[in-house]
Amino acid sequence: MQVTNILILILGLGLFAFYLGRGRSLALAKPLGGIRHIHSLPSYYGAHVALWCALPSLLLLGLWMIFDGPLINSIVLKSLAAGGMVVESSGESLLMNKITNLAQGVLPRKSADPELVAAADLMLRLEVISRWSLTALMMTLSLIGFGWSWSRISSSFRARPRVEKVMEKLLLACACVAIFTTLGIVLSVLFESIQFFRSVPIDDFVFGLDWSPQTAIREDQVGSSGSFGAVPLFVGTLLISAVAMCIAVPVGLMSAIYLAEYASQSVRGFAKPALEVLAGIPTVVYGFFAALTVAPFLRDLGASFGLSVSSESALAAGGVMGVMIIPFISSLADDVITAVPQSMRDGSLAMGATKSETVRNVIIPAALPGIVGGIMLAVSRAIGETMIVVMAAGMAAKLTANPLDSVTTVTVQIVTLLTGDQEFDSPKTLAAFALGLMLFVVTLMLNIFALQIVKKYREQYD
Amino acid sequence: MTKPVNTSVNTPVKSPVNNLEKVRKSLGRRNRSEQLFRWYGRLAILIGLAAVTVLFTDIVSKGHGAFRIAYLQLEVEYNKDLIGVDNLTDSEQLVLGNWQAVPKQALRQQFTDVSGRSDKRKLYGLVSNGAGFDLKDRLLANPQLLGTKETVWVLADDDIDTYYKSWLDGEPYAARLSDKQVKWIGELHDQGKIRLQFNSNLFTRGDSREPEQAGIRGAVMGSLFTLLLTLMLSFPIGVAAAIYLEEFAPKNGWTDFIEVNINNLAAVPSIIFGLLGLAIFINFFHVPRSVPIVGGLVLTLMTLPTIIITSRAAIKSVPPSIREAALGMGASKYQMVMHHVLPLALPGMLTGAIIGMAQALGESAPLLMIGMVAFIVDIPAGFNDPATVLPVQIFLWADSPERAFIEKTSAAIMVLLSFLIVMNTSAVWLRKRLERRW
Repeated sequence: MQVTNILILILGLGLFAFYLGRGRSLALAKPLGGIRHIHSLPSYYGAHVALWCALPSLLLLGLWMIFDGPLINSIVLKSLAAGGMVVESSGESLLMNKITNLAQGVLPRKSADPELVAAADLMLRLEVISRWSLTALMMTLSLIGFGWSWSRISSSFRARPRVEKVMEKLLLACACVAIFTTLGIVLSVLFESIQFFRSVPIDDFVFGLDWSPQTAIREDQVGSSGSFGAVPLFVGTLLISAVAMCIAVPVGLMSAIYLAEYASQSVRGFAKPALEVLAGIPTVVYGFFAALTVAPFLRDLGASFGLSVSSESALAAGGVMGVMIIPFISSLADDVITAVPQSMRDGSLAMGATKSETVRNVIIPAALPGIVGGIMLAVSRAIGETMIVVMAAGMAAKLTANPLDSVTTVTVQIVTLLTGDQEFDSPKTLAAFALGLMLFVVTLMLNIFALQIVKKYREQYD
Repeated sequence: MTKPVNTSVNTPVKSPVNNLEKVRKSLGRRNRSEQLFRWYGRLAILIGLAAVTVLFTDIVSKGHGAFRIAYLQLEVEYNKDLIGVDNLTDSEQLVLGNWQAVPKQALRQQFTDVSGRSDKRKLYGLVSNGAGFDLKDRLLANPQLLGTKETVWVLADDDIDTYYKSWLDGEPYAARLSDKQVKWIGELHDQGKIRLQFNSNLFTRGDSREPEQAGIRGAVMGSLFTLLLTLMLSFPIGVAAAIYLEEFAPKNGWTDFIEVNINNLAAVPSIIFGLLGLAIFINFFHVPRSVPIVGGLVLTLMTLPTIIITSRAAIKSVPPSIREAALGMGASKYQMVMHHVLPLALPGMLTGAIIGMAQALGESAPLLMIGMVAFIVDIPAGFNDPATVLPVQIFLWADSPERAFIEKTSAAIMVLLSFLIVMNTSAVWLRKRLERRW
């Protein structure tokens, strides 16, 4: 039986159990003189039965889905080993892939190794057994849970507190998804990175100046080892982010100041949402715009001045990224500027300062922590931005600070290393996870720091 | 204007006069700098607005052409011998049939003076190489046509389409055509046998290597399935988490830790979620690659922080008096939340969910990691079919070398943007409509 079918079946059973439980409590209440005489409302009795019916078997389903795949795989591998086949631990995943493909009929059976075909058959058999035993176990659990909770329904049974306690635990579990996500991110990038750093020393990675992750197929080929010095990627990322900030910070900040301090209500009502349109445009659209409109335009412009501008210049990618970040900075800066107390403005204006002097000498200094925090959040966005640079920046890792040249970034390399088919244990793939780790750590630090600053600043004026 | 006021005759107050002089002298400069500052502000706003305008006009000017596509009028004959089919119910014959021969023969009859292999090849290049299969579908829908002749409009090749459109606009782009092909198109145009029609392929077909046959239907369906799963998972989980954090959570370290986590996840680069999906869902749980299930899971984790944060704001905006009244009437805490707070906060939560979905619809970077970037012709029919999504389709087309794909990409972007505009305006409308002021 398919997992989705089991799921639907169990949910249906739960619903059924709800009505049965509710019906029973109503039947109990009737001779007593109405539902006032039982402890909880009838729906709570129903919910109690339904929870007992559905929850344990759903938990079992979750556990089963985690452990069933690896277990079947190990049994299949053992059967191969018992058949006299030598399975090296490095070739295991490749072999398993082959067997799974055979079992699913993706690979033709005729041309395959008979031992593997046998293994694939075993795998299919085990899967069928696993699914049916899962169904049987879940049904039994459901029925036991149903029967037990059904028998407990009585006029003095405290159904409501019990149901509420379970619901609260469920809510807590949902809130913990965020923690599990963070944990998942940390574990996934950390484990693969540690594996990567086993084959490539960490200082070669962090301080190395040469990036060419192509590992050769033959031993004697040039550059067969591949070199993983990530400094050119860091420099490229910083260069593009710097270009983006050069555009986004002045424009975003000035528009926030103008909107908060000068603009009339009607101008603000029109310009603020219009600027925020920029934030809602998908990054792939910016990437297309950067690669097909801005980059050729800059190249032609450069050519007319006699400058050679690469058609994948950091300027084009960074510039478009800057445009994307404008609304981010302007709305954050707008928030902190409007949060500056009116009394500070009035004080400054009363002393005879002009509006711009007030802004420059009073409001900006007062709002500075918030603005800096906002800019840091924007930098972390620029560093982690992917689609624009994948489409508009280069692939070749060059160590240069010239914005007219083409550079590559951390995110571009992650995408190029990981798209398409890949085996999981080559240093090339693992390098992407090491880059991901760097990216995660850097953006995390920027975010935590920035959020701290913004929070402190808010408390100051609240 | 102001007279210095002498409080005593003997001590003339000198310094205020000087300061006033100073202030008066500097006023001109200060006012000029004030004006300059204002202009900087206006300039910044104008740059922002100009960026919006340029972006939209660029996309629209590149993409509007893709909604119409060139068709050629041909006199085709469904000749049994030519196709090699005499029974339309025999599936083997249908597969083996030489369908492309039909438009080829029609072209030879249209241009009787063409001879020689290379010229003929160029002639056949006028129609799309999928034209024969379109005719096959037409024949299967109308079996009585077998053996007869009719005049139909067939799809032109993408190079012809590009040239014809640019020629109509007055700046012909013939780089990929030979002089003879240009001449033939001129003749066809004079006879009224080439025209632009509404490009229904764009909305009814999946991806293709041939620009004239490529459509966004597959990507739109993929996006739909992915978003459906994202919504089904992230909305309940997000709302539940928000309810817990706002109403039930004790103030302790654990709750703070959850909060810090949520705030950080909202700012983690989206590509990191792709790495998570690859390592955890695909490698550990063996969820198949390229399917809406894995895409939906990754996007769920990505949009969850947004939904939690907006839902918490919605719950916070429900006044405490409602809570106190419910508790005062004897409701339990859980009943108070479910019966009173949640219904009142729901409009705000829905707005947040729509915004989160709009974000997920436009997201492509994490999906590149989990294999939703494959070239997929078939239109996905469920959560378990290989699929791609609209933004990734845009990415794939933008990478294609054919010139006609630029137009298609822009058209796909226009479709994506219109979906986003609809979602965001409905969020704004919903907020205006359902918002309650307390």
